[in-house]
Amino acid sequence: MDASQIIFGLTALLIIFSALRVVTTRNMVHAALWLIVTLLGVTVLYALLQANFLAVVQVVVYVGAIAILFIFAIMLTRREMRDGGPQLNKGWPLAALISLAVFGGLLALLYNAPVSERLAASLEGQDTLGALGQALVSPDAYVLPFEVASVLLLAALIGAVYVALNKKQESDK
Amino acid sequence: MLLEYIAIGVLLFLATAVAAIAIFLGELFGPKRKSDKKAQPYESGMLPIGPGTRRMPVRFYLIAVLFILFDIEIVFFLPWAVVFRQLGLFGLIEMIIFIGILLVGYIYAWKKGALEWE
Amino acid sequence: MMAGTLPISYYLGLSALLFTLGVLGVLIRRNALVIFMSVELMLNAGNLAFVAFARMYDMLNGQIFVFFVMAVAAAEVAVGLALIVAIFKTKRSIDVDQMNSLKG
Repeated sequence: MDASQIIFGLTALLIIFSALRVVTTRNMVHAALWLIVTLLGVTVLYALLQANFLAVVQVVVYVGAIAILFIFAIMLTRREMRDGGPQLNKGWPLAALISLAVFGGLLALLYNAPVSERLAASLEGQDTLGALGQALVSPDAYVLPFEVASVLLLAALIGAVYVALNKKQESDK
Repeated sequence: MLLEYIAIGVLLFLATAVAAIAIFLGELFGPKRKSDKKAQPYESGMLPIGPGTRRMPVRFYLIAVLFILFDIEIVFFLPWAVVFRQLGLFGLIEMIIFIGILLVGYIYAWKKGALEWE
Repeated sequence: MMAGTLPISYYLGLSALLFTLGVLGVLIRRNALVIFMSVELMLNAGNLAFVAFARMYDMLNGQIFVFFVMAVAAAEVAVGLALIVAIFKTKRSIDVDQMNSLKG
C-alpha cells in the first residue's frame, strides 16, 4: 500500500460517487457541478498515469470550457432552477437492465483481454510533450487526423454560430 | 514524478480547508435570525418581480462556443510549438494549413456578427 | 518511484464502471442536457482507457487519440448544446420524450 494506491482508491471512489450524482440528481446545475468533480477526478488519474500534458489539457478543455458551456446552456434553457416532473423516462427498468448488461460485457471483455498485471516501464524522463508534437505533424504518424480535426472544428464553429444566431433573431422580435 | 504534484495537493488542501473553516466559523458564531423578508431575493431594495432566475441572452453562449473551439486550437498549438525548431519547414506548413482552415470559420463568425456585442 | 505499483486492470475496471454510468444516464434520463453530460462521462471513460493503455504499452499513440477525442468532444458539445438551446426556443422544453416530431 503506497501513496499512488491510496490516491487511486480515493479518486476512484470520488469519480464513481460524483458520476452517480450526475446521473441521479434532479437539479441540473448540481449535475453540472458534479460533472466537474468527475472530470477533475479523471485529471488526477491522468497525472497518476504520467500523462502530464493531458492532465493539464483536461483541466483547460473539459473543466474550463466544456463544463462552463454546460452551465451556460442550463442557464439558457431552464425555466426554473430545478427540473420538476418525472426524471426518468418510461422504459427505465429495461434501460437499467441494458446498462447492467453493458457493464457485464465490458468486464468479460476485460477479463479475457491480454492485460498485464503490472504497469509497463514508466515514461519518466521522456519528453512526452515533444513526442506528441512530433507525432502530430510528422507525415508517417497523425498529420492527416490533425488536419481533419481542423475541418471538424471549422464545421462545429460554423454550425454553432449559425444555429445560435439564427434562432436569436426569431425570438428577440 | 508524483512528488511534483504535491504542491497542487497542498494548494487543494489549503483552499478547501480555508473555505470549510470560514463556513464552519460563520455557522458557529454568526447570529441566525431568519425571517421571510430576509429569504427574499434582493433587487436593490425594490419589491422582487417574477422568479429570480431569468434566462440570459444567447450572446453569452455564443462567446462560450467561440472560446471552446479556439481553446482546442491552442491545445493543438502547444505540443507543436515545443518542438517547432526540430520540425522545420514541413511542420510550419502543416500548421499554416491548420490555421488557414480554422481562419475560414473565424472570418465567418466575424462576418455574421458573432464577435460584436451590440 | 511511487507510480508503477498499480495494475493497469484497476484503471480499466474504473473506466468500464464510468462508461456504464454514462450509458445508464443516457438511457434513463429525460432531460437532454443531463443526457449530454452522461455522454461526456462515457467519453471520459474511453479517454481513461486510452491513457491507461498508452501507459501499459509505453507508447504515446493512446495519448494522441485522447487529444482527438477531446477535439471531437468540444465540437460535439458546441453544436449539440446550440441545437438544444434552439429546440428549447421553439418547444419550450428540453425533455427528449417530447422531441418526437420532425417539424419544429
